[in-house]
Amino acid sequence: MPVPPILVAPGRVGMIEERVELRGHFIDSLLLPKVLDQVLARGAKFEIEDIQIGTRRSDPSHACIRLGTESRSAMEELLATLKVHGAEVVEREDARLEPADIEGAFPEGFYATTNLRTLVRLQGEWLEVANQEMDRGIVVDTAKKQAVCTPMHRIHKGDMVVVGHRGVRIIPPERQARGELFKFMGSDVSPEKPKLAQVREVARELKQCRREKRKTLFVGGPAIVHTGAAESLTYLISEGYVSVLLAGNGLAAHDIENSLYGTSLGVRLKDGTLVPGGHRNHLRAINTIRRAGGIKAAVESGLLTSGIMHACITKNVPFVLAGSIRDDGPLPEVITDVVVAADTMREYVRGAYLALVVASTLHAVAVGNILPAETRMVVVDINQSALTKLMDRGSFQTMGIVSDAGLFLKELVEALQQD
Amino acid sequence: MDKFLMCPPDYFGIEYEINPWMRLSNQADLTLARKQWQELYRVLTTELGASVELLKPVKGLPDLVFTANAGYVQGDPVSSTGQALFVSSSFKHKERQGETPFFDAWFQSHGYQVRKLGPDCIFEGAGDALPLGETIFAGYRHRSEICSHQELGDITGRRVLSLELADPRFYHLDTCFCPLDDKTALYFPPAFDTYARKVLSESVPDLVAVSEPSAHRFACNAVVLPGNVVTNTGCADLAKPLAERGYNLRMVELSEFMKSGGSAKCLTLRL
Repeated sequence: MPVPPILVAPGRVGMIEERVELRGHFIDSLLLPKVLDQVLARGAKFEIEDIQIGTRRSDPSHACIRLGTESRSAMEELLATLKVHGAEVVEREDARLEPADIEGAFPEGFYATTNLRTLVRLQGEWLEVANQEMDRGIVVDTAKKQAVCTPMHRIHKGDMVVVGHRGVRIIPPERQARGELFKFMGSDVSPEKPKLAQVREVARELKQCRREKRKTLFVGGPAIVHTGAAESLTYLISEGYVSVLLAGNGLAAHDIENSLYGTSLGVRLKDGTLVPGGHRNHLRAINTIRRAGGIKAAVESGLLTSGIMHACITKNVPFVLAGSIRDDGPLPEVITDVVVAADTMREYVRGAYLALVVASTLHAVAVGNILPAETRMVVVDINQSALTKLMDRGSFQTMGIVSDAGLFLKELVEALQQD
Repeated sequence: MDKFLMCPPDYFGIEYEINPWMRLSNQADLTLARKQWQELYRVLTTELGASVELLKPVKGLPDLVFTANAGYVQGDPVSSTGQALFVSSSFKHKERQGETPFFDAWFQSHGYQVRKLGPDCIFEGAGDALPLGETIFAGYRHRSEICSHQELGDITGRRVLSLELADPRFYHLDTCFCPLDDKTALYFPPAFDTYARKVLSESVPDLVAVSEPSAHRFACNAVVLPGNVVTNTGCADLAKPLAERGYNLRMVELSEFMKSGGSAKCLTLRL
């Protein structure tokens, strides 16, 4: 078998370089061309520095390949991909640790995480990284032999942080296609999908989660109320299909506007007509709740008697409302410090099995970022491009449905009520 | 004589979900599973004359019945002149890691040299490593990691050809590839990536592609005996190509084990 003819040398100034080696019967297994194809497909450069081909059939071969990429992140991705096919970084070392030199920031050269299961090597032993999340650093407690995924704002001076990529191992994801739901998963987002079949699968999954007491997150935007689906979401919460609700001021405000005045952004939801002066209804709703001392207080005093937020309070379903700069009010329960909001969300999403994300871009991205890759996500949006953006989180476990929030939730509730 | 290791399904059940076939909500019927296992045992021993050794079932290890995943076996301590090797598995999932001490103990006490792969390298035995002639074909991606192939080659002294598995439903190599003799093998092409398909077509002279319906009935998860191939039911379209190659197709209903993602081959480990 000939050595592939293309030798594109790395080594340009400013280029990130690493050496990997291949061992075994990689010539007959076509692993060498596969690895080099992967390198070229990612726009990286390579040079085969050394290759020894076994003389007898059973003899293993050995190759050392120098890789070059434009950026550190491209190199990390390339190494992770090649590792699956047996190309290992030449040096086998412990993870390199450096103490944080200031509060609230990683040392330079820190290892940035993915949302995949990760191990770090410490004194020859592999430790599982806890609280896996993408775009964080890894703090290692050498005495306790613990490694924890940590956001930069939580770094304290002196924390031992993993730098570089040596001694870090990412467990390749397994496409856990289980049953029908996952047949749709991992595939492209397309409006050309049998929607009813998808909805039925989501319903089946929700039922199973409820039966097996698995944690389900619901992430929603105000369009749920605008499209007349507040009642459907209220049903999901009341019937125990939602363990935690994650949203912003908008969803809660328009839900309460709907409960108090029957409108959403001034549109009467019963018949779709514009109520004169109705555009002030959501402000009046927020004001009423602020005067009452909050959503919980308004439910307890009998002021708020229906809707999504009412169901959360009466059914004891926790909710996290994260604020944004354009919020009216906001409602007293809205967390306006984004860092506190994200940390609160982290506490509540831990251990989630399924996240149902409907008509929300900002909160969906935020939740997507803090979930490990194992958590299954079902993302519903009318806008195909918003969906694609959300689904592009390196997870094999995301299913996208292009649909109006109202129609989707109504169909979902119907499917749940059947059989 | 063909020899196998099997483990009665006394404690078999779906207690977790670690492959796309397992659903906690789709439980196996234990009485039926016992009957089906007994029938497979009877077909292999009484009907087809194989010899079967039994491993004692262990409570809390529902997948111990799938002895194929115990490890990779090479040589026979009784008849072979060389060393009989058992390369013990390092299971990917915690749920199955408890099986290893029981398999290791059995092989140790039956005269095999028990070998372990290095730490941090997932290997699921004869589920992912199948000899054909002097070559071992080995699957990776879903369960076994490719580092195990290099070590398996070092330990056994054989050429190991790595095949990337592309479809999660065919998570072990023995669910989509089945050597019949030194030149012939059954396989389900869509379960492999393009490089693996090329490797197979270049290294196996007579490759028989199984149909999609049969592949989904785990036609490739077959026990091969001289002149006979034992599969799950629903693989009837395999009868003709097998007959052309001098094999009789013997189907045994294994529905309860399919719920766990296993069939005839998974329930046996060739010794």
